[in-house]
Formats: sequence, structure tokens, C-alpha cells
Amino acid sequence: MRLDERTRPDFPILERVVNGHPLVYLDSAASSQRPRTVIEAMGQYYARSHANVHRSIHTLGEEATELYEAARDRVQRFIGAGSREEVVFTRGTTDGLSLLAETLRRTLRAGDEVLITELEHHSNIIPWQLATRDRGAVLKAVPFGDDGTLDLEAFDRLLTRRTRVVAFAHVSNVLGTINPVAEMCARARRVGALSVVDGAQAAPHLPLDMSALDCDFYVFSAHKMLGPTGIGVLYGRRDILESLEPGRGGSEMIKEVWIDRAQWNDLPWRFEPGTPSIAEAVGLTAAIEYLEKLGMERVAEHGRALTRQALEGLRAIPGVKVYGPPATTDRGAVVAFTVAGLHPHDVAALLDAEGIAVRAGHHCAMPLMRRLGVVGTSRASFSVFNSPDEVGHLLAAVAELRTAL
Amino acid sequence: MTDKPGGGPAGSSGGSAAAPPNLGGRGGEAPVRGSRGPLLYSDVIRERWRRPHFRGELPGASAVAEDVNPLCGDRVRLMVALEGDRVATARFVGDSCAICTASADVLAELVVGRSRAEAVRVDTSDVLAVLQADIRPTRMRCVTLPLSVLAMALNGKS
Repeated sequence: MRLDERTRPDFPILERVVNGHPLVYLDSAASSQRPRTVIEAMGQYYARSHANVHRSIHTLGEEATELYEAARDRVQRFIGAGSREEVVFTRGTTDGLSLLAETLRRTLRAGDEVLITELEHHSNIIPWQLATRDRGAVLKAVPFGDDGTLDLEAFDRLLTRRTRVVAFAHVSNVLGTINPVAEMCARARRVGALSVVDGAQAAPHLPLDMSALDCDFYVFSAHKMLGPTGIGVLYGRRDILESLEPGRGGSEMIKEVWIDRAQWNDLPWRFEPGTPSIAEAVGLTAAIEYLEKLGMERVAEHGRALTRQALEGLRAIPGVKVYGPPATTDRGAVVAFTVAGLHPHDVAALLDAEGIAVRAGHHCAMPLMRRLGVVGTSRASFSVFNSPDEVGHLLAAVAELRTAL
Repeated sequence: MTDKPGGGPAGSSGGSAAAPPNLGGRGGEAPVRGSRGPLLYSDVIRERWRRPHFRGELPGASAVAEDVNPLCGDRVRLMVALEGDRVATARFVGDSCAICTASADVLAELVVGRSRAEAVRVDTSDVLAVLQADIRPTRMRCVTLPLSVLAMALNGKS
């Protein structure tokens, strides 16, 4: 049985009719849909167990704490982290990257360098702009080639003893490029730089193993991997987290407080000020359970098959241009494309009239768009519930577009 | 569960079933798909997108401004030639979608012959009245970008 045949009944939103057509949701790279088990787990939590975590000495508080901390254990196993102390909950990828930049900025001195890439989402650019600007440090970016892959020779040239942090996406949210994470992290370590990986587009699709990637930090969101909005994960190597002063303060992250000083809490709570996203952690547990039941290898293969079908089909349509590495390369489950004579937003609106949801615009990656020489692109992205038939609908609709306006 | 069509945009012709005025559009072309009330891509938008009347450079313009729509990266530059206090002509260039292009084109047409003060008072509802389209909230910025650029140009903040 194909993966989507198994999963589709689990996603209530797929029953929707949009503009007279059954919904074809091809925007999971922005935010996926979620299975009934995730929705129900969160409803159950609110209906039966909700209380604040950690300090509530009553039954519900204990239940909530147990569920919240169980989510951490689940994440630890899912990503192959060495210990639960290495799993910090955030509000999402943007929040995780901001937290890291706010925390690491204190270690930056004038003349230090932070190295990102031209492939990055704004979330992995702006926090580093803010951090470097305030400290007189320098932000540099690794260019990518016409095939959508990073220029690793330029990476080596830009990586110097002055480089303190190297931050890059595991999978590009526009081009689908899968970067050689382990190799890049190893090179960063050789010059004494910390590695930060934006895993937002990888966690939903690829089996993850922190020990194999051997990165210092890895960040992702739940809502792109069948989970709820409002929660994400920051993985950090324990020895490094131990050595860092928290960048943000509040309750939960302290042991003892005086007016002029405080003693920080243990890991991972040191980096989780305030009441966390508890129901969302419960939802994330259910999402991971769902993905693990399917098997991440099968999830990855399903994404690859749909991406290949879309890439080859789109490329064959006159006037359509696709971006990123060729179909024969291992790619993430996104396909960015443009249609000659049509603006990407008009493409998205015309496809929406057919019930097909795609993203259009700059995809929060303006430097990347500038490099491609376009204002924006349309982007179809795939998840476990998408079928080859749906990709067929997309291809048929796109083929009609050139005469639509 | 199906989507309900949104309410008509402000300034559209109050739910009238009459066909929108076909400002130079070629009749007989199939409407853009979708069976909801007024179309997103009305004949006016389609025509203005394919063959804008006011697109192009305007050397020696007395007022110029340019801005981007942060949502989509669309960029529009408006150029206005004033004769005394009157708008003699206007042109626009830019990378923009069909709706934004049509809005800029209609706006350029609407301001010609007006005094500076009158031109600044041309607003979204005036443009929408000509566009005759079902502009949803997510695309309203496409309509308003040329209007804000015009205000920048005429208020001297280019």
C-alpha cells in the first residue's frame, strides 16, 4: 500500500472542498496538516490534564509535567540526541534560531565572523544580522551555484579562525537542496566555530540522527512535521549548553534568585523561561508517534517520489522553469517553479481556483531570490498525505496556466 | 464544508449582477475559472495585465517614487509629469502581479488631468470600482501598493 493510501483517512482537513474542488494541499513546507491523533491528543490534554508544569504540587500539575517531559524523551529518541538535557523546547524554528543568536552574541567580539549561506530563510539571516551588528562582528554568506548547491570551495575560503558560528539550512525551503551537514559541521569544528543547523525542512522528511550529523545545534518546528504550531526544538550539545549563559530570562530557568543575581537552573530548563507550550508538546509527541509508525525511511521515500514526479512533469511543460538541483539528485520535498508571463502570486491564485494550495512569493528568502534573478516563485511541497494523483492535478492545472490570464 | 465567497470588496458595484464595464477588453474570452461571484481576475484586470496603457518610463518626470510589497516582493515605480499643478501624464514600471499591474495602470489613468490635491485623494475604492474584481484581503495590498507609491511621489517623499 502506498503511503498516502494509508495516511489520507487520518487527516480530517482533506475532506474539505475548496472553490468547488477537493483540497489539494501542496504547502506543507510552510505548514503541514495534522492527523486526527495530534488534534485529539491536544483536545484530551486540555479536557483532562491541563495545569502549569514543574511547580504545581497537585495531580493535574503532575500529569501535565509528566506529559511535557515525556515529549522531551520522545524528541530525544526521534532525533538521536545523546541525552534529554540536550533537548530544549522553543516556540518554533525562528524562535530557536533567535534564542541561539541572542545567547551566542555575548561570546562575539569585534572582528569575529558569523558565516551563513545565500540559501537561508530570513529566520536564519536576521538574528545573525542583529547579533553581529551589535558586537562589531561580521556576517558573511556562502554563495550557491547554478545547480542550487552550495559552493563548498567558497565555504572553505570563508571559514577562518575568525569564524565563531556557522549557521545553515539542512534542506533549502526553496530549492530543496540537501546540504552536506556532517561535512560542513566537521569543517566548522576544525576552525573552532560552532555549527547551527536549521532543520525546519529536514525534520518532517528525513530520518535524523544528531550523533551522525555531529552538529553543535539543530533547530526545527513541530508544525511542519504534522504537529501543532507554537512549539519547536532546539537541540544543543550538552557540553556547549552547559558552558553558555542563558540569553533569555524568566521563571523556570532559575534555581534561586536574589535581587542582583541568580543561580541558573539545570539543563534543559535553563533555556526555557516562562510557561512552555504544554499542549503543543503533547501534540508533538503524537506527531512523532505518527511519523515513527510510518517509518521515517518510508516518509523520505514518499517525499522523494512525489518530488521527482513533480520536477519531471513541470519541466516538461512549455514556459515552466523549475529551480534547484536536478531530479536525479537527492532533494527535499519542495519544488519551486515559475511560469513564463505570469507572476507567482497569480499562479497561486489561479491554482487556488482549482482547489490546489501552493505557496508563492519570495518564501522568506529574498537574498536567494535576488541570486536567482526573480521576484518570487511558486512552490509546491509535499507531505505524507499527498498522492501521485494530486501531483497529477497540479501538473494538469499548471499546463493550462499560460492561457489563463 | 465549502468556502463561502467573501463579501464584495468595498467600492465594488454592490452585488449587481450586471456585467462589469468592459474597458477596452476583448469580449468572448472564457472567464478565469471558479464560479464565485465577481471574479478575482476580472476582464479589466486581464486586459490591463496583458496590455497596460500606462506602463513605461517617463523621462523628465516631476515626481517619482518607488516601493515594494514586503509580502511578495512586488516593486512598483510611479512617475508623474506635472504641468503647473495638474497631472499631465503618469507612467509606471515594476515587477508586479496582474492585480498590482492593473491597479497601477488604472491609477495612472485616473490621475491624469487632476490637480495634485485631487490626485492624492484618489483612493482604493476608486481603483476597485474600475477593476470590478473580487479582491480578497490577502491580495488587497496588490491594489494599494500603487496608491501608496503615488502618495509618496506627490507628497515629495520619493
